[in-house]
Amino acid sequence: MAEIIKHGAIHADDWEVLHLAEGQDAATVEVEHGRWIVPFAVWHAQRDKLAARAEAGVLGVWLAGGDDPALLADDLVRLQLVAVDFPRFADGRGYSIATLLRARLGYGGELRAIGNVLRDQFFFYLRCGFDVIQPQPGRYSVEQLQAALASLADFSEPYQGAVDRAEPLFRRVRREVRA
Amino acid sequence: MYKYDEYDQRIVDERVAQFRDQTRRYLAGELADDEFRPLRLQNGLYIQRHAPMLRVAIPYGNLRAGQVRKLAHIARTYDRGYAHFTTRQNVQFNWPKLEDVPEILAELATVQMHAIQTSGACIRNVTSDPFAGVAGDEHIDPRPWGEIVRQWSTFHPEFAFLPRKFKIAVNGAAEDRAVIQAHDIGLDLKHDAAGRIGFRVLVGGGLGRTPVIGEEIAAFVPWQHVLSYCEAILRVYNLHGRRDNLYKARIKILVKALGIEEFRRQVDAEFAHLKDGPATLTEAEVARVAQHFDDPEYAELPAADAGFAARKAENKPFAAWAKRNVRAHKRAGYASVVLSLKPTGVAPGDISAEQLERVAELSERYSFGEVRVTHEQNLVLADVRQSELFELWQQVRDARLATPNIGLLTDIIACPGGDFCNLANAKSIPIANAIQARFDDLDYLFDIGEIELNISGCMNACGHHHVGHIGVLGVDKNGEEWYQVTIGGSQGNDTALGKVIGPSFAAHEMPDVVESLISVYLELRHADERFIDTVRRVGAEPFKTRVYADRAARLEDERKVVNG
Repeated sequence: MAEIIKHGAIHADDWEVLHLAEGQDAATVEVEHGRWIVPFAVWHAQRDKLAARAEAGVLGVWLAGGDDPALLADDLVRLQLVAVDFPRFADGRGYSIATLLRARLGYGGELRAIGNVLRDQFFFYLRCGFDVIQPQPGRYSVEQLQAALASLADFSEPYQGAVDRAEPLFRRVRREVRA
Repeated sequence: MYKYDEYDQRIVDERVAQFRDQTRRYLAGELADDEFRPLRLQNGLYIQRHAPMLRVAIPYGNLRAGQVRKLAHIARTYDRGYAHFTTRQNVQFNWPKLEDVPEILAELATVQMHAIQTSGACIRNVTSDPFAGVAGDEHIDPRPWGEIVRQWSTFHPEFAFLPRKFKIAVNGAAEDRAVIQAHDIGLDLKHDAAGRIGFRVLVGGGLGRTPVIGEEIAAFVPWQHVLSYCEAILRVYNLHGRRDNLYKARIKILVKALGIEEFRRQVDAEFAHLKDGPATLTEAEVARVAQHFDDPEYAELPAADAGFAARKAENKPFAAWAKRNVRAHKRAGYASVVLSLKPTGVAPGDISAEQLERVAELSERYSFGEVRVTHEQNLVLADVRQSELFELWQQVRDARLATPNIGLLTDIIACPGGDFCNLANAKSIPIANAIQARFDDLDYLFDIGEIELNISGCMNACGHHHVGHIGVLGVDKNGEEWYQVTIGGSQGNDTALGKVIGPSFAAHEMPDVVESLISVYLELRHADERFIDTVRRVGAEPFKTRVYADRAARLEDERKVVNG
């Protein structure tokens, strides 16, 4: 069981993330029973076999930084969970991928940030459309995660539009010139 | 000048609170070095050779007197009594304590300042023309656009972790005074044939290890769409810029790899989705920001002040200062004054707390309480009455800010170099000081005329050496500090990268090398020809030949002395 942050609260979670081991082939790897988030390559190769599980809500797909989210466009209606992997927290491709999934491709299901996901970036994940944040198991104590919930609201009125608030500040509020 | 409203203030206040907590967790061991590094960098905090260095943002180089006083206070309270202005119009403190930084940021927030995104792999502080709003050749004031870009880029969630740093500059005059060709994005404000405002957009410029001059990606982007267009560029870069090699991660490498046509195609495809979306600017927002930059209340004055002319005629030092450090102004009877931070023997761009306070006071008395920072590391009082120039000069001179060398050989651009910076291969400041000492004679300096000498302590090129008429680059040769010399670089509309003249030199040779270059120029120049013009006309060869011949002669002399 891992702790995740979902809709501003900590939840226990039993999804597992499948990583292909050295020598494993995306087309032939067996996706065991249970709730699995599989790499895009596995989904791509075994779509027909896995589609029913995806539609039943027990199989999700994760994208790596180099995966083009547009390749998932036709599958988004049946996927209830898409994750984006941050191989290093400082690798920011996942922010653009999430933005494209939400704002361009219209994905409305669960969007989960996985990988080297750190509390000082939680605010950015939420703004780019992630609704679930899954730090690596053991990275944070429950107390630390509890404290981290506060950082979800680090900035109350951001300037620019993003997925969470599409309109920039100048469209959201009336800004006056002070005398 | 832009004044914060409650939203702007809240964002910097919330940033202070955030960084206070991050620093606390770092000091408590909850945040690893690697995890804290990007957080502190995005607050301008480096861990340097001797101590942390804090880089504070000065958006498009604009300061108010109260902010300048706060910088003086910080220099005195948390540092060693001085500050350093940088080539990106920012200010750096070299000796703060890490645990004091949250408090420094809190003090800055009280005067509407911050250190947000002054470092790190994110969109950096936007830079612009230090003579914005007062230059006669300006078509459109770039400052409101600088502020609009500043707000848009501040904590942009999608672009907080780019492959590498990303610098945007805005220019709105006939002459480029913002080095837009050497920025990741250069925004060139212009009118189209119908008189509408928009931007010519350059992309992929930059100095550093692989210097590249930016290429035009769009001839005209209407103002409403400028943020959406920038967003399209940034998204293509964020997704496709290289992350496997730090030295190939800037956008210029991506643009070169794809070619400008293919890069433009990808950006246009992205822009097609974003155009007319929520990021589209409104007239109301542009007008709101622009109001902050309305002209101050100028007096109606005669075009030329008789007293100013008379003082120049009778006082040679004042005339020299007026010639070099005073610039024409769009308004009759006004002038802009450049305060030189390049006296001989001081690190270029350094200023003491006392001088900062003096500048604040003078700006209030003579220039509507505003101060500008130039990327050449000097300060500007932009709106001074010609009739008050003499009085101002006397006070500026007493404050040791009146060296009449703006645009001359001793107005050297230099990075902090090996004396302070971890990245540097070699020292910069002693080289600058040695050259300044050699060319200390004002008549000689004036005779040499306009020339730009830029020094970087390593190939990251903070001292902009590639675009110096003479460029000096510190290099490491087997653990020793050597200096490579380029000539023929230039900034502005005809930006060009200098060419290396040959093998590098030891530190003590540098004044001689510069003297050799200057002597060739003085012999070959045509009337009214600047150094750079002569280099362009005759080529580098005569300069190379003389420099290395003079060097051989010096070595021969040294050998004779050693051998008796």
